[in-house]
Amino acid sequence: MKKEHIFDLDFTDIMDPKFDRRDFIRAAGGGIFIFMLLGHLPLEAQQESTARPQLPTDFNAFLRIGEDGRVSLFTGKIEMGQGVITSLAQMLADELDVELTTIDMVMGDTDLCPWDMGTFGSMSTRFFGPPLREAGAEGRHVLIQLAAEYLNVPAGELITVDGVVYNNHNKNQKVTYAQLAKGKAIGRHATGKVPVKTPDQFKVMGKSYNHQDAFVKVTGKAHYAGDIRLPGMLYAAVLRPPSHAANRTSLDLSEARKVNGAVVIHDNDLVAVLHELPDVAEETLTKIKATYDIPESDLNEKTIFDHLLRVAPAGEQIAKNGSQTVGTRLSATVVEKTYLDGYVAHAPIEPHTAVAHVEGDKATVWPSSQTPFRAKDEVAEALGLKAKNVRIISPFVGGGFGGKSRNLQVVEAARLSKLSGKPVMVAWTRGDEFFKDSFRPAAVVKIRSGIDKTGHLMLWNYDVYFAGQRGATHFYSIPNSLTVSRYPRWGEKSPHPFAVGAWRAPGNNTNTFARESHIDIMAAAAGIDPVEFRLQNLTDPKMTGVLKAAAKKFGWTPAKGPSGRGYGVALGIDAGTYVASMAEVEVDTKTGKIRVKRVLAAQDMGLAVNPEGSAIQMEGCITMGLGYALAEELHFKGGAVQDLNFDSYDIPRFSWLPEIETVIIDAKNDPPQGGGEPAIVTMGAVIANAVFDAVGARVLQMPLTPERVLEAMKEKG
Amino acid sequence: MPDKRRNYYLSAHTEINPRIMNETIQFNLNGESVRVTTDSDRLLLWVLRTDLGLTGTKYGCGEGICGACTVLINDEAVRSCITSLKEVENKKVVTIEGLAHNDKPNVLQQAFMDHDALQCGYCTPGMIMNATALLKHNPHPTREQIIAGMNDNLCRCGAHKRIMEAVETAAKETGGQ
Ligand code: FES
Ligand code: FES
Repeated sequence: MKKEHIFDLDFTDIMDPKFDRRDFIRAAGGGIFIFMLLGHLPLEAQQESTARPQLPTDFNAFLRIGEDGRVSLFTGKIEMGQGVITSLAQMLADELDVELTTIDMVMGDTDLCPWDMGTFGSMSTRFFGPPLREAGAEGRHVLIQLAAEYLNVPAGELITVDGVVYNNHNKNQKVTYAQLAKGKAIGRHATGKVPVKTPDQFKVMGKSYNHQDAFVKVTGKAHYAGDIRLPGMLYAAVLRPPSHAANRTSLDLSEARKVNGAVVIHDNDLVAVLHELPDVAEETLTKIKATYDIPESDLNEKTIFDHLLRVAPAGEQIAKNGSQTVGTRLSATVVEKTYLDGYVAHAPIEPHTAVAHVEGDKATVWPSSQTPFRAKDEVAEALGLKAKNVRIISPFVGGGFGGKSRNLQVVEAARLSKLSGKPVMVAWTRGDEFFKDSFRPAAVVKIRSGIDKTGHLMLWNYDVYFAGQRGATHFYSIPNSLTVSRYPRWGEKSPHPFAVGAWRAPGNNTNTFARESHIDIMAAAAGIDPVEFRLQNLTDPKMTGVLKAAAKKFGWTPAKGPSGRGYGVALGIDAGTYVASMAEVEVDTKTGKIRVKRVLAAQDMGLAVNPEGSAIQMEGCITMGLGYALAEELHFKGGAVQDLNFDSYDIPRFSWLPEIETVIIDAKNDPPQGGGEPAIVTMGAVIANAVFDAVGARVLQMPLTPERVLEAMKEKG
Repeated sequence: MPDKRRNYYLSAHTEINPRIMNETIQFNLNGESVRVTTDSDRLLLWVLRTDLGLTGTKYGCGEGICGACTVLINDEAVRSCITSLKEVENKKVVTIEGLAHNDKPNVLQQAFMDHDALQCGYCTPGMIMNATALLKHNPHPTREQIIAGMNDNLCRCGAHKRIMEAVETAAKETGGQ
């Protein structure tokens, strides 16, 4: 379909009582429309939508069965490698009884798609799936009604196959969806009353499909934000201070201004060079002379933890049962440990990029963003435009991992376009990316726990500083347990020297590292095999299910740690999905270097819409997780980030690759849960536990660098 | 001390000077002869992406570390972000756009599709170009040779396992040709 200017309207217009939804449908090319609403959103999303009362509250996505028989799904979600472009289409194809290739995904265009909060938190399939399927079922129901009239056959005798309605008793009597949609302007809301398919009726869901966007990506045709070209477009190079704490004391633009064709912009905090060649813009930027005042700071990757403990706000109790005093009394052995985790970068291979074209009171922006609708509001606010005059068109996003939610580059591009009167691309350099992007927060977790003589957990006291709540509560059966989280409240001063933000499964990587390391310590203290120990302290059948499935496939045989085999286990829950991971490592006792030989993850994610797609996400989680477990840690001096490229900030490579196995529990009767993040949360602990099993040394700080492994080995003596 | 966050796209000694923006460099690009008139010290990555409009070759780090910008120059995998235009004079340059014929993916591209050897796809052109050179020089690589040959191409999504499988499949099918 042509995406340009199909409907020249903002979705806020739909709430106007004078606005006729049928006009909208006609403007959109006619056909059959089914509107749907994502129900039961998590709290954060609910808050965001109630804060926008002007938006339609009765739908936030819709599908169209067009006169050509093609089906389009309009959603504000974006594709950044997680594969929703395929899995969402699969759900719709199955419910509508059309071939997968009949579906066109129209994603992340704020003029074409109704408001959406953004693509993060493994929510696309989880929260979008059920209403999408209902809408598909509703669409099929409408088509059958129309066909009953058209063919003059009772609806009960009609069946649908691949976009055609047949009389079940006479296959020659048939009508295509295209014929039925012709000349229609029908709009319906998914009522949820039409039953969706049961798993035994699935033809497309639960089967594996290659990514629908693979062809354009292997041929170089896929367009990311940096690949957009507009006539007269200028490329920007933006001046960055040496530290987040720096104050500029002088600025000399004279040399830069002499460069032919360079447009030098100075607008308060924003200093940039624009040029029709990106490399010349960059080179010209180096001619700008600026001096800064940088306040002294003794914060760095070593001192940060004491600082965090010092400035921590009062804790918020997030879970409690039993009594800490009773728990202590019932415990034969009590162990207390502190776990540390440094800052980690998102480091997508595509840095933040945006193209903005501001014309009069209108703006169009092509950003790499996980939150196109937030970008729309931000641009409107920065430029003083009406939000309805701002259009965000989402190209492919080259990896996000939570980082591409803030849209700083979008606002930079929009401002520069307005100031210069030209379309402008802001493409962050790798150095910009390491400086301006947000980081996974450094954090501290203190755990005190006790077991009785039989190795049952009696006491759990969990206090997490600055990682956040996700994954902080445990799933073990412990009679006396208290979980506290310390996190700055909205508006409170950040303790961090630069921006922090959501990083693939925010909070949960740190929390799972601490919890599962500690559980392993308790297992060793009890002298029980770590898998057995977990099983005897678990009652949740989903969790025991994934653990047993992992142990079976891995070939785990019970042994108390450290067994010398280098086997580790760790459990986690994220985005509704249960994960059990196992790893085998080898530790070079001279250098402290860890070689991860094997990682297995078993996962119960409810219905796996595209099992192969889910396996790919799990493999991605395991591979990416090796980074924060083994090496990734940002170095800094106050607000000055020291790692500015991949030379000093090492991310996982081919040579790190262990043998990777994935197991997806067959749970097609359960609603789909998140798949893009869960299998990463266990990676720190599964490796730390395997290292303990290998050499008996316990590393309490991520990443597990060779120095830390040697240190831990020395401590154990 | 240069600011490490900036990418010095031009070789250090070069001053941007409008007088030298008119050197003409000729080379073969994806099978066709092209002439570009500009400063020949400019880096190939930006000439390809901007002057020649071939955006399949990606920027990832600007310092030769990530491999996103990999192209073939006379059948060698080269990082276009640290290669100047004048270095390709009269040479044969192949970019990701030059692999498919009539919109038909070649064996390696097809293997990447069949194995789902990509997620966000941003590293993919560089991966494919690097693997193309690898297989040209060593049509039947061992697993260890593939790892060594691909090790300096970075992928953040963690598609490595399937990239390995795709390269192995392509090697098996045709020896990469
Ligand atoms: S962009 Fe050239 S190697 Fe990274
Ligand atoms: S597929 Fe995203 S960086 Fe490799």
